[in-house]
Amino acid sequence: MTKLVDIQNLNVCFKGKRTVHALNDVSLAMEQGETLALLGESGSGKSVTLKTLLGLLPPKRTQIDGKIAVNGIDVMSLRGKALQRYRGGEVSMVFQEPALALDPVYTVGHQIAEAVMRHKGVNKAEAMSTALDMLDRVRIPSANRRLHTYPHELSGGMRQRVMIALALACRPRLLLADEPTTALDATVQIQILLLLRELQKEFGMGVIFVTHDIGVAVEISERIAVMYAGQIIEEGTTREIIRDARHPYTRGLLAANLHDVARGERLNAIPGAPPALEVRPESCPFAPRCPVAMAECRAALPPVFHPSDRRRVACLRAAEPIAAE
Amino acid sequence: MSVTDTYTPVPDTGGPAQPLISVRGLQKHFPIKGGILGRMQGKVQAVDGVSFEVKKGETLGIVGESGCGKSTTAKLLIGLIEKDKGEIIFDGHALGERLSLKDLRRGVQMVFQDSYATLNPRLTILDSVAFGARVQGLDDPDDLARKMMDRVGLDPNRFAHRYPHELSGGQRQRVNIARALAMSPRLVVLDEAVSALDKSVEAQVLNLLSDLREEFGLTYVFISHDLNVVRYISDRILVMYLGEVVEVAPVDSIWSEQAHPYTRSLFSAMPAMDPDERTEEPPLAGDPPNPINPPSGCRFHTRCRFASAVCKERAPNLAGLTRRGDHLVACHLYDAGSGHPKAGQGVPK
Ligand SMILES: Nc1ncnc2c1ncn2[C@@H]1O[C@H](COP(=O)(O)OP(=O)(O)OP(=O)(O)O)[C@@H](O)[C@H]1O
Ligand SMILES: Nc1ncnc2c1ncn2[C@@H]1O[C@H](COP(=O)(O)OP(=O)(O)O)[C@@H](O)[C@H]1O
Ligand code: SF4
Ligand code: SF4
Ligand SMILES: [Mg+2]
Ligand SMILES: [Mg+2]
Repeated sequence: MTKLVDIQNLNVCFKGKRTVHALNDVSLAMEQGETLALLGESGSGKSVTLKTLLGLLPPKRTQIDGKIAVNGIDVMSLRGKALQRYRGGEVSMVFQEPALALDPVYTVGHQIAEAVMRHKGVNKAEAMSTALDMLDRVRIPSANRRLHTYPHELSGGMRQRVMIALALACRPRLLLADEPTTALDATVQIQILLLLRELQKEFGMGVIFVTHDIGVAVEISERIAVMYAGQIIEEGTTREIIRDARHPYTRGLLAANLHDVARGERLNAIPGAPPALEVRPESCPFAPRCPVAMAECRAALPPVFHPSDRRRVACLRAAEPIAAE
Repeated sequence: MSVTDTYTPVPDTGGPAQPLISVRGLQKHFPIKGGILGRMQGKVQAVDGVSFEVKKGETLGIVGESGCGKSTTAKLLIGLIEKDKGEIIFDGHALGERLSLKDLRRGVQMVFQDSYATLNPRLTILDSVAFGARVQGLDDPDDLARKMMDRVGLDPNRFAHRYPHELSGGQRQRVNIARALAMSPRLVVLDEAVSALDKSVEAQVLNLLSDLREEFGLTYVFISHDLNVVRYISDRILVMYLGEVVEVAPVDSIWSEQAHPYTRSLFSAMPAMDPDERTEEPPLAGDPPNPINPPSGCRFHTRCRFASAVCKERAPNLAGLTRRGDHLVACHLYDAGSGHPKAGQGVPK
């Protein structure tokens, strides 16, 4: 079967007042119907990866090279109508801030129906009934009445549900989710995560879920790719990453979660901060903060180690047994 | 002179047994104005009858969902906004009686979440840190500021003359901490102070906060929506819901048993860290209600699985559990005389 996502050696560099090497040689493959969490800290390149997949980056100041195929479609060659059909049809996106996706001047029913008419070529009545069905599926109470409300009349959690309904109305093969639950309250966040999990199964679509929260990644995904300084530094199944993280950065992130740290115990904090990416990393970008760095780490990019099929770690020392802490 | 010698807090007056701060029946309602005439349309009951105390050297964590009144409580504690009702007593002295607002601000400092918004973009880091000390007429504010910067891990030679936009989020938060400490407070209120930081940087700042607490004998009120962080840093945890305190208890006690049905839901809403134990059922449905017209009686009754008629009518009092007097909960289930059909049994499993 065609791979759902096949990104090869993707580089994205923003040229402006400041140069930013946002993505550096990113490769990523996903099978149909898989759920992947892109985990990383601020500035690591998660959102840029999603925007590139959607063909959303401004071409003028952005230098992109590499290959991106979604369902066999060469994304970077898409222009005009074809690009519009691809966005919202093949792939759609939900954001942290629903205001980015929802238009304040139209009712939620109207917006969903519009999208359905555009992509599926059905008439208004049919599109409205799809909209109603979608609001039902995202568990909006009294969906019939909500069809005619405006986004601002809804609570934060409800707006998030509407955005999901809009994104899924045309049954995309791939859903891109950029921290859609970060701004929500804990008790609402878990509702939305479980809803997404259910809809993913029901629709059989693939999901890339961007987050900086490991717990959220565990709840939503079967696979995790960890990003640092515009690279994927580790990838594996969620179990592999949680139980047997190999990259020192991933291990540091897991420890910083404080999940099983004894109260008052000194934290094993990663010192320093991520690099600014004004120049393209030519050696291990984590070396300045890495507790087990060696001279070779600063000489060249580390080789990628493959402990098993579809599992990879970009670290010179990944094959060594991990010392007990 | 070391940085500890430059630390000159207001003297302890009541001894170790007297709480450093205690609040009773604290209330703050914000009027909502609307329409063309700007008439009052209602009130946000942001904080409604909140009481608690913080012992000397203790860290009290405050948790709850957004809008439940955490920040409003914090601002009341440092006198940034005026209370409608209630008492604030700092080391035995009541605000407005033997304690002036100026005295309170000398004893209590605050660190906010948004480090960018709270620093003046036109002041250098050194001037920001020295600002309060200068206003108070302390000796050599620049020297004090340099020492404090050094103490929080910002090399004054590198950072003194930079501006806020030239710093990372973690560095700016260190500036805010240095600025608060330059005033030699006894109580520091930290409102989501690490929430905007990346996990790896958050751990650095938490280590720093623990060290400073020890070194300067500080007392913290630590507000966060991250239960793991609150558990790590606090001695006791206070849970708020829609402007009210629903539970207060020592960390270990509340970690092993969440007495209030809301606290229990809040804890179960934490994402799992184990791929084999993912959450299967959301603990609560719907969003928190609007604090403009909070539900009658127990404010949680609209979302509580155990609500009965009495819950809609009467608000429960905050009282100690029979087995553990220092674990307080406000729920009719724990009050044998409340009239709740399951009263006296605690929360059913
Ligand atoms: N349009 C742009 N022009 C210039 N630089 C950009 C642009 N978009 C992103 N960047 C830079 O690219 C890098 C990666 O950004 P990205 O938005 O992907 O981070 P992220 O991992 O999503 O972080 P966060 O968790 O903060 O959302 C950052 O250094 C960012 O400042
Ligand atoms: N200055 C203000 N004017 C009107 N409403 C306010 C003001 N400050 C806070 N509120 C409201 O009071 C309630 C409690 O707010 P806050 O204390 O900031 O909550 P938290 O910090 O727990 O998220 C919210 O409904 C909020 O919108
Ligand atoms: S390659 Fe070297 S510096 Fe980089 S993470 Fe591995 S051990 Fe650390
Ligand atoms: S008082 Fe009633 S509604 Fe409130 S938490 Fe207890 S059982 Fe639930
Ligand atoms: Mg982002
Ligand atoms: Mg707040």
